[in-house]
Amino acid sequence: MSEGPERPVRETVETIYRAESRRVLATLIRLLGDFDLAEEALHDAFVAAVAAWPAGLPANPRAWLVSTGRFKAIDALRRRARFGASLAARADLLASGHADAAEAGDAALADDPLRLIFTCCHPALPPDAQVALTLREVCGLTTEEIARAFLVGPPTIAQRIVRAKTKIREAGIPYAVPEAGELRERLEAVLRVVYLVFNEGYVASAGPDLTRTRLTDEAIRLARLLFELLPDAEVGGLLALLLLTEARRRARTNAAGEVVLLADQDRSLWDAPLIAEGLRLVERVLGSRPVGPYALQAAIAAVHAEASAAPLTDWPQIVALYELLLGIAPSPIVELNRAAAIAMARRAESRSSRRSSRAASWPTTARPTPLGPSCCAASGATRTRRAPTAARWN
Amino acid sequence: MKYLCLIYDEERKIDALSKAEMAAVMGEYNAFTQSIKGSGQWLAGHALKRVATATTVRVRAGRTTTTDGPFAETKEQLGGFYLIEARDLNEALQIAARIPSAKLGSVEVRPIEQFD
Repeated sequence: MSEGPERPVRETVETIYRAESRRVLATLIRLLGDFDLAEEALHDAFVAAVAAWPAGLPANPRAWLVSTGRFKAIDALRRRARFGASLAARADLLASGHADAAEAGDAALADDPLRLIFTCCHPALPPDAQVALTLREVCGLTTEEIARAFLVGPPTIAQRIVRAKTKIREAGIPYAVPEAGELRERLEAVLRVVYLVFNEGYVASAGPDLTRTRLTDEAIRLARLLFELLPDAEVGGLLALLLLTEARRRARTNAAGEVVLLADQDRSLWDAPLIAEGLRLVERVLGSRPVGPYALQAAIAAVHAEASAAPLTDWPQIVALYELLLGIAPSPIVELNRAAAIAMARRAESRSSRRSSRAASWPTTARPTPLGPSCCAASGATRTRRAPTAARWN
Repeated sequence: MKYLCLIYDEERKIDALSKAEMAAVMGEYNAFTQSIKGSGQWLAGHALKRVATATTVRVRAGRTTTTDGPFAETKEQLGGFYLIEARDLNEALQIAARIPSAKLGSVEVRPIEQFD
């Protein structure tokens, strides 16, 4: 047989791996009920794909991979079963399950990536383990890549991940999207992880540029995935905040690699498409009530993004937004930023260059806030737990 | 799965409650216990006498030492427990949050180890 057709198939498998492997993994974890077994099964399924697909690509590669992975896992359990009866029982149980129901393109399948995210970000896991597990399982980074990004040794990350998986198994952390009643609080933990991943990539003082870009990219990808699966205003707010911040990346360091403050940045270097997308999102999420801390921070970033030059910044608008933020997520950093914005607003006013506010269509204007305290009444969880603020993101 | 909910309270805070407040807490506990018995999630549960009544036993090199109390310098003391049946940790945490002491002290939720 000629080698001709094999190379394209290999490339197809690689493309499908990049596009589908995390979704296939998410479904396999649900079907097999075990992270390690699912990872092995995912690997085996792709090995099988490289061998089988030259004969003809399946109509639905994702379903093929899930089904193959499941059978590989059953085989693996049966091979190991001679070491213990419980494994044999598990294999039989899996084999007897309704493959069609488990693998059909139903709602359960669509929710698998979301289940995976909520399990990795479960509050019963320590925060650093949530971050490591999310990067490993949801984003598919290797342990070495995560270690490099966080400037710790790979064994530390590996240990964090192993302990987290053990706790998931032993404590009975379910592979499930939380119920409506607890969704808000649990979502906060997920958003915090996405925020931390981005923050690590954006402000890390050391580490190679490439790994840091990887983290900001992954954070944005995660936020996009979350928003697609769960179009909540705060998810959109976080996504907008990340996009508007990422848009400034090229302008925030000079040729010598030194940090350039927002006021001194060459705004022509800002990424216009990212800003446009961020602004559209901000308009959309500010329309929903209550307005959360991420949406407000995104709105602040949007006001900056709309100023073509630093002196044209609508400071009164920023002051108003910080006041709203103080109302729902008070912190010394927000207080400080509000004070700085007030100073800037006064300076602008003394220059008496009043301009009409382009943001007047937003529900949050500088004058006595039409939103009022009641409309910003965030959930109890938001109030008691301090929301992270992007204050360090120049 | 089975979970043990360990209830930690500050005895000083409990002592400071008025008779009426104490009665209200007891009423809440009764209502909670009835509700998880009704839902079939109650396996066992007891309040403990004050930590001053505790005795700790250790055997080292064949020698038994008996001392008074657990000498933990913590503000909260183990005051009682519930053994519950729950589908998973999420359900166990929901039940634990309904234990009246969750509002006063804290509740530690531990899965029961099953040896097979």
